[in-house]
Amino acid sequence: MQSVLPIDLVSIAILCWLALGFLGLALQRKPQLITAFVFPAGAAVALLLAAAALGALSGPDSVAVLPLGLPDLPFHLRLDPLSAFFLLLLGAVSLGISFYSAGYFRTMEGGTLGLLCLEYHVFLASMALVFLADDAYLFMVAWETMALSSYFLVTTDHKVPEIRRAGFLYLLVAHVGAIAILMCFGVMQGGHGDYSFATMRHAHLTPFWASATFLLALFGFGAKAGVLPLHIWLPEAHPAAPSPVSALMSGVMLKTAIYGILRVSFDLLGVQLWWWGTVALALGLATALFGVMFAAVQADMKRLLAYSSIENIGIILAGIGLTITFHTFGKDAIAALSLTATLYHALNHAFMKGLLFLGTGSVFHATGERSLGKLGGLIHRMPIVSILVLVGTLAIAGLPPLNGFVSEWLLLQAFLLSPGLPHPYLNMLIPVAAAALILAAALAAYVMVKFYGVIFLGQPREEKLHEAHDAGLWERLGLTWLALGCVLLGLFPVFVILHIDFVTQGLIGQRLGTSAARTGWLLLTPIHPERASYGPLILFLIIITGVVFTLFAVKKLFHVRLRRGPAWDCGFPEQTSRMQDSADGFGQPIRQIFEIFFGIVREVPSPFDKHPHYHGETRDRLWDVLYLPIARAAEKISVLIGKLQHGRIHLYLMYSFLTLLALLALLAFIR
Amino acid sequence: MNLSAILYQLLQDTLVVLAAPLLLGWVNQCRAWLQNRSGAGVLQPYRVLVKLFRKDAVLAHNASYLFRFAPYLRFACMWLAAALVPVLATDLPLSPAVDVIALVGIFALARVFISLAAMDVGTAFGSLGARREMLVGFLAEPALLMVFFTASTISQSTSLITIVETLAHKQFLLYPSLAFAAVAFVMVLLAENARIPVDNPSTHLELTMIHEAMILEYSARHLALIEWGGALKLLAYFSIGIALFIPWGIAEGGDWGGLPLAVAALLAKLAACGFGLALLETISAKLRLFRVPEFMGTAFLLAVLGMLTHFLLGS
Repeated sequence: MQSVLPIDLVSIAILCWLALGFLGLALQRKPQLITAFVFPAGAAVALLLAAAALGALSGPDSVAVLPLGLPDLPFHLRLDPLSAFFLLLLGAVSLGISFYSAGYFRTMEGGTLGLLCLEYHVFLASMALVFLADDAYLFMVAWETMALSSYFLVTTDHKVPEIRRAGFLYLLVAHVGAIAILMCFGVMQGGHGDYSFATMRHAHLTPFWASATFLLALFGFGAKAGVLPLHIWLPEAHPAAPSPVSALMSGVMLKTAIYGILRVSFDLLGVQLWWWGTVALALGLATALFGVMFAAVQADMKRLLAYSSIENIGIILAGIGLTITFHTFGKDAIAALSLTATLYHALNHAFMKGLLFLGTGSVFHATGERSLGKLGGLIHRMPIVSILVLVGTLAIAGLPPLNGFVSEWLLLQAFLLSPGLPHPYLNMLIPVAAAALILAAALAAYVMVKFYGVIFLGQPREEKLHEAHDAGLWERLGLTWLALGCVLLGLFPVFVILHIDFVTQGLIGQRLGTSAARTGWLLLTPIHPERASYGPLILFLIIITGVVFTLFAVKKLFHVRLRRGPAWDCGFPEQTSRMQDSADGFGQPIRQIFEIFFGIVREVPSPFDKHPHYHGETRDRLWDVLYLPIARAAEKISVLIGKLQHGRIHLYLMYSFLTLLALLALLAFIR
Repeated sequence: MNLSAILYQLLQDTLVVLAAPLLLGWVNQCRAWLQNRSGAGVLQPYRVLVKLFRKDAVLAHNASYLFRFAPYLRFACMWLAAALVPVLATDLPLSPAVDVIALVGIFALARVFISLAAMDVGTAFGSLGARREMLVGFLAEPALLMVFFTASTISQSTSLITIVETLAHKQFLLYPSLAFAAVAFVMVLLAENARIPVDNPSTHLELTMIHEAMILEYSARHLALIEWGGALKLLAYFSIGIALFIPWGIAEGGDWGGLPLAVAALLAKLAACGFGLALLETISAKLRLFRVPEFMGTAFLLAVLGMLTHFLLGS
């Protein structure tokens, strides 16, 4: 009797998800059953997946071949540490999101809910398959299933024209990316016609073709991840999708692209040239800065988070670039450090962004508003959600002792170690490039203060906000799980790194854990205790002790009372909620400082206008310089091609004849 | 971890929290002298603190728990920061938990909380102050980290103790990279501590204030903690400056014999730095708010230049 392998458990989890999806479709008439049973069951499956992946992380690689697919091309599955890590991420984060969905979709009508349940679980299963695939065919099938199911999820509310447009844009960019990925695999199979990853690992490509493959992968996966300049679908699709879907897309689906880049460049291709790393690093930093700058000027809470996702993807890509650079110069210990930081940040971002998107979902449910200009003061009406979202806010702002800080800290350590590189300019420029990363991280704090402050703090900007209510039990459960993840990942980094080690060992052949845990689990020492150390738990305890000590000292020494009164506000008698900073007001300094990066459209009325109308808009300039020209060119070409069509059969016959002649001439020419 | 180290840590914890208002008083007194006023004496901050602690606190109706919690958190963060910078001795048992990057993170944590608290009551000035504080903060943070990075590429470490030990062992030479970094650091110090030319600590002119606008709604013990926290922050910044740029005279390891000398040296350095700050504030004028990004940009570029100089000259 053979024991159950992790890969079997993962496959079972995928099948369970698919089964649950169809069950949801079958239960259309009983929507309360879908929310009360199917989604929690999906969460249980996620837990199973996470447990199996955690087991597989330390275990040996396991492979399976499914008797499905094309003749001579069955589906290959493989579970190695890299897959296991991302499956763990998927399982752990979707656990919270599925719980939350059980509460969030409660009010949805049956037919839509049944379809949504199917798409949701197919989406989960296809992401798991992407991580598990070991041949290009299965990978592309899973990848496309993922794109299509998420497209349908984005357009859940398809009666709204903007949402249909957003969905179309998403689908378009996803397919442009998919073509690049397909071509990338096409180059890698090197004319053998064997599309299994095992063959690709042994294929030897010339530097030119290897570089072409890498750039194709960067382009294709970058389209999915939202790397500049292919990020445009994110700020459109995320506000359109229901919040749990946004959480899943931003938290997990973007990471499939990160997985793809890592799989292709480290595993299949074998990193070869150092400039690949520099390209990825520069692109990543540009994406990070761009994303955070635009996040600062958004007035829609989900668009703001979408731009923040672009920023974090940029940071992750910069980490990958750094890893490639170090790895090609043979500095594998430092490469392992930056790869650890990269993977850590991917995991952190999944938790943080999942939490924040779910939080916006609760706010949307309670108030019916997505625009920051109409929210405010929710901390009094939604105490539980507000405190859980605060955890996510502080984490994504990169503040100690939460998880966002740990990965940024590790990445900065890697940046600081670059003077060891044997390249004269790189070792000088990379620490300076760290400055861009720090600027992005510091701006992220600005963005998150705006996000939290405008939604939850201050006075309610609309009357109806007084009736807002806190989230239900399922929603709280989901939020709590993700918030707990943020705290634990922040406080116990050494344990996390010991698990990430299996991945870095597999990809780079070096591990960080032995040195990271040198001084025990309290202190994180990535290289050497003399070099750098960070003890989040100690830091947390000191701050808590300081706060409690101060609180008691003040209470004991001075017996004073507390009374409530109206706000002072420098003595101004008239105070309304409209006098607080709006979202646009809070972003104004950023708009002014970085004005050249934004396309700002302003309509200001004349002073004599009796009915003044103000309008201000911050646009993405890339639309004007890149996308609209492409769209116009495509239209022009279509019009030109359209001229060929007249609907007369003899003309078409002549076209065929001319084509035949041309082909024959070509053949003769080649001969 | 031995007893002597723990004693050092406790000594420094107690000393910084008690002495921080004195430093503030000294700076204010120097400013008064330089501006031809008689001044209120170096002990004035203590009197203010006692007065504030004795009063009943008034909270706005709309204030939430975040508003009440923020002063305590900020105070604890600043206390931690001031207590962790090695200024007297380099044997601080808590120091390994917090390196320079984490130190910047702690400052950011305090800043984010106080800004959130400022937005909590929902007044016009509160959010205005929060926005400006975050603006100054996000510009200052990269500059500060680049200063730290310059020091840590010299010492091959981001641990404060190692940095101080390395730099204290170097000869009394002017490192070009550190000179750039020092100028950048002074600019960051001015901005982060709400000093002229970025902000004015003694202003209540509504349209120009940054820090004061944020804490308008605070009173009594909360305000006292914020003021005290501000004093601790100033001390922490002075300590960082001393540790990075003039570390000589520090008692290395657990050397109790060197302590009196170290205390004397520290007091002299702090007094000199305080006087320097007062002088800088007296001779410069406050900048318009939208000149601040240029000011901070200069600081950032200087810090980056310092770093590049280090690589180019190899020192």
